[in-house]
Amino acid sequence: MAGSKISNRSGTKSKTSLKSHGVTHPVAISSQANKTAAGTVKTAKTVGKKGKKPSLLLPSELLVNMYHLMVRARVLEERMIQMYRRGDAFFWIGGPGEEAFGVALGLLTKKGHGPEFDYLHLHYRCTPTLVAMGMEDEDALRLMMNRTTDPCTGGRNFSNHYCFPNWNVLPVSSPIGIQYGIGIGTAIAQRRRKNDAVTIITGGDAGSAEGDFASSMIWASRPGFELPMYITVQNNKWGISTNYDSQHGEKHVSDRGRPFGIRTAVHNGNDPIEAYLAIKSDLEYIRKTRKPVLSEFRVSRLYGHSSASGANRVQGEEDCLLNFEKTLVDNKILTSNECQKIRDTYFEDIREKAERIRSEPTPQKETLWDLVYANNENADWRKF
Amino acid sequence: MANMAQAIRLALHYAETHMDLQDVFGQDVGEPLGGVFTATQGIKSAWNTPLDERGIIGAAIGLALAGDRCVAEIQFCDYIFNTIDLLKYAGNILWSTNGNYNVPMTVMTPVGAGIRGSIYHSHSFDAWATRLPGWKVVMPSSPLDAYGLLLSAIEDPNPVLFLKPKALMRVKGEELIPGEPEDEKTLKSMIDAPLGDRSQWRPQWPSVGKYIIPIGVGKKVQEGTDVTIVTYGRHVHLAQEASRHLQDVSIEIIDLRSLYPYDWGMVKESILKTKRVIFLNEDTEVTNFGEHLSYRTTQELFYTLHAAPRVLAGKNLPGIGLHPVLEENSVPQVEDIVQTVREVVSEVP
Repeated sequence: MAGSKISNRSGTKSKTSLKSHGVTHPVAISSQANKTAAGTVKTAKTVGKKGKKPSLLLPSELLVNMYHLMVRARVLEERMIQMYRRGDAFFWIGGPGEEAFGVALGLLTKKGHGPEFDYLHLHYRCTPTLVAMGMEDEDALRLMMNRTTDPCTGGRNFSNHYCFPNWNVLPVSSPIGIQYGIGIGTAIAQRRRKNDAVTIITGGDAGSAEGDFASSMIWASRPGFELPMYITVQNNKWGISTNYDSQHGEKHVSDRGRPFGIRTAVHNGNDPIEAYLAIKSDLEYIRKTRKPVLSEFRVSRLYGHSSASGANRVQGEEDCLLNFEKTLVDNKILTSNECQKIRDTYFEDIREKAERIRSEPTPQKETLWDLVYANNENADWRKF
Repeated sequence: MANMAQAIRLALHYAETHMDLQDVFGQDVGEPLGGVFTATQGIKSAWNTPLDERGIIGAAIGLALAGDRCVAEIQFCDYIFNTIDLLKYAGNILWSTNGNYNVPMTVMTPVGAGIRGSIYHSHSFDAWATRLPGWKVVMPSSPLDAYGLLLSAIEDPNPVLFLKPKALMRVKGEELIPGEPEDEKTLKSMIDAPLGDRSQWRPQWPSVGKYIIPIGVGKKVQEGTDVTIVTYGRHVHLAQEASRHLQDVSIEIIDLRSLYPYDWGMVKESILKTKRVIFLNEDTEVTNFGEHLSYRTTQELFYTLHAAPRVLAGKNLPGIGLHPVLEENSVPQVEDIVQTVREVVSEVP
């Protein structure tokens, strides 16, 4: 059996135990997490009795499930990078490094179709969220390989540009930040129905410079017309090759919510437990108050922006999966061998799926004009 | 007879009471103003937004994705340009998601010159609009067409741009909208808000009926045999006026009404008859929509033509100057149409 290709921080391939590199213990909560403009976020704290190991705040069964999902998402992304390198795909963009946040979000979403359920306006680093929601690995691979069987785009778009209407996963767009403005509309639809559903928006720190990000806060906080929007930013400190600190004077992106009276917080998005508890708290607040929240999650970008920059493992980035694995092993929830077996199993499973999907059909030119208009109404002027 | 602003109001009222139209929104479309041209006055689902065009279009896309019908307004098309990528996005959602999501939204915006609107209240958007694949684009020239096209737009499962020729907003029609009172004073007393305090005013809506003008179907507004003028919006009226100055020329005038998809069958049939054609509109002349129609004419009908197809359009200037001399020399006027017709009919093959 081939070994897992999950990489450690030094960029080497590990077939055995993963190494943590002096990162903060995942159960510790960042100090900013409890400081908000419009209220206090109930923070997660390590709880433990003297002389005993701290509790991890979440049930072991859930933690193991999260670990499985994070591993699966990582293996899936790394497989897609390899597919790009092998020439099986034209381009890769994705979210290795955002598994802690993404999996937690996917698990906490009220999944379903229509305004009674959460709407997800995701950015193109959202594979972990979709994996946690139940996406089949094959569908990510079909999208990556532009097969007609790709349920999201029929071979028309890049990797990670998902859409699943049955789960209210709206189309992931390439234009940066527009999802923040489009989320206004789904939130209005939910507000009208007086339910507890939330419009969830994810995006990067660089995209927060777009005007649409400001639009989302302005529209979400109109007096008497507040919207149930969960505005999130996954701050990996990069916009392609431009770093956050060179372009942003604000200390935290989330600080920008304060003038609007929006509840804000900064969380360690590399810690799945903190991310889970923060998202859970935020969503509960929105479901109850029907008011927006702006939360910033500090995350890592482990393979750069996309295949355009090589998609090579980046040195020095904190790896949420390595950290989480160490936590689980240290707390005797899983053993190193069990972790290795999990990784190997997903590696082999997804490798086999990728091989199988290579033989699936590709788009044909006869379908070029299909679905420009609803009901396949003709859109070709030559036939008017 | 209703004017175009009243017709739009009546259509929105019909749609919000019979077609599940949920939201009509944009800057100043709600109370107390009801739109800068009063086209949304008294509409119960109309509400004001922040001065944020991108937010308006973004919200419309989101509502459509959620399955709620809406009409979003950009106050003047001059201010729609910073939403162009959102419009492009809305147009490609169905296609790029392989049919997973359609976007049933209508965007209406006033277009064109003719009201001394200066540089930023006189732009046209028809050429830009026809470069947004996935959208349907309509522009009425009469109140009845405005009513029928707007209901079609709201009913359509695709994004539709409803371009309002602002110079026609106060022009009365010649045909009644189904259910419209015959006496225009009666209509005015029922649905026009009074000047001054409107806080207690509520419209008394006439019982208007459904009237759909299918998108993609043009209208022959004048029969003729010597030359065809293909136009839309306010230039339908300018073409008719030019025709009155040209009693010795038999002019056929086609009001496209829908720019995309367009009624090529009607255009082609007319050109085959007259063998001469002018494509008339007021958007700027370089990469003008009329150029596409002219191109198609030369490709498909070249050997039947007795004169080169013409595109008579706005000059390729950065804007429409405020002074009447500037405006009238920037976009086609009646005398320009007269002159062009003379030139085209005098050509000898």
